[in-house]
Amino acid sequence: MRVTVLAFASLGDALGQQLEVELEAGATVADLLAVLVARRPELGALIGRAAVALNRAIVPAHTTLEAGAEVALLPPVSGG
Amino acid sequence: MGFSAVVETPIEGAAVLATVADPTCGAQVLFLGAVRNHHGGREIAAIDYRAYRPMAEQVLATLVAAAQEQGVRAAIVHRIGRLVPGEVSVAIATASAHRDAAYEMSRILLERLKREAPIWKLEVGVDGAAAWREDEPLVAGSSP
Repeated sequence: MRVTVLAFASLGDALGQQLEVELEAGATVADLLAVLVARRPELGALIGRAAVALNRAIVPAHTTLEAGAEVALLPPVSGG
Repeated sequence: MGFSAVVETPIEGAAVLATVADPTCGAQVLFLGAVRNHHGGREIAAIDYRAYRPMAEQVLATLVAAAQEQGVRAAIVHRIGRLVPGEVSVAIATASAHRDAAYEMSRILLERLKREAPIWKLEVGVDGAAAWREDEPLVAGSSP
């Protein structure tokens, strides 16, 4: 199945702001992050610091993804 | 429902404050956050604010609703895009019957925005070098 990954701030610069990732059915947020880190090991620390939002709500790593999900990688923030 | 928005145009503080004014409220507080010309010893030429906009809009609406539930009228507007020092990046207006609640809620809303809203600063120095500010781990609204 395919999910859409949106990346922001430093991760957007490093990964591109939007990418499509192919995952096994039943994959979790943690599985997605592992795929991304396997592709770009040098980004492991940045990816590890990011919060993950599924369809615009923050979710824990064990959350199961569905085909077509919009997953956002959100580094520490600095609004205000 | 109170007003909240993520905008790309200059923020008019008085207009944001006007959305919370009410005859039942004897206290109105307007907080304006502005771009500072220095950070960590570095001279700043501009800040480019970026957001995960649909989620940021949802978070601001949730914060305003949380204030209303506590009996404080509230409005929040955050600007994104490239701002120069002195320009207003965020306005928070609160109103309540008496001053304590409006003052206190103004501060609470800003602190929560800084941790819960997916918004980032890209600081551009006077030398042209740009650096992301990634200060606060983003937390869900239900977290303490």
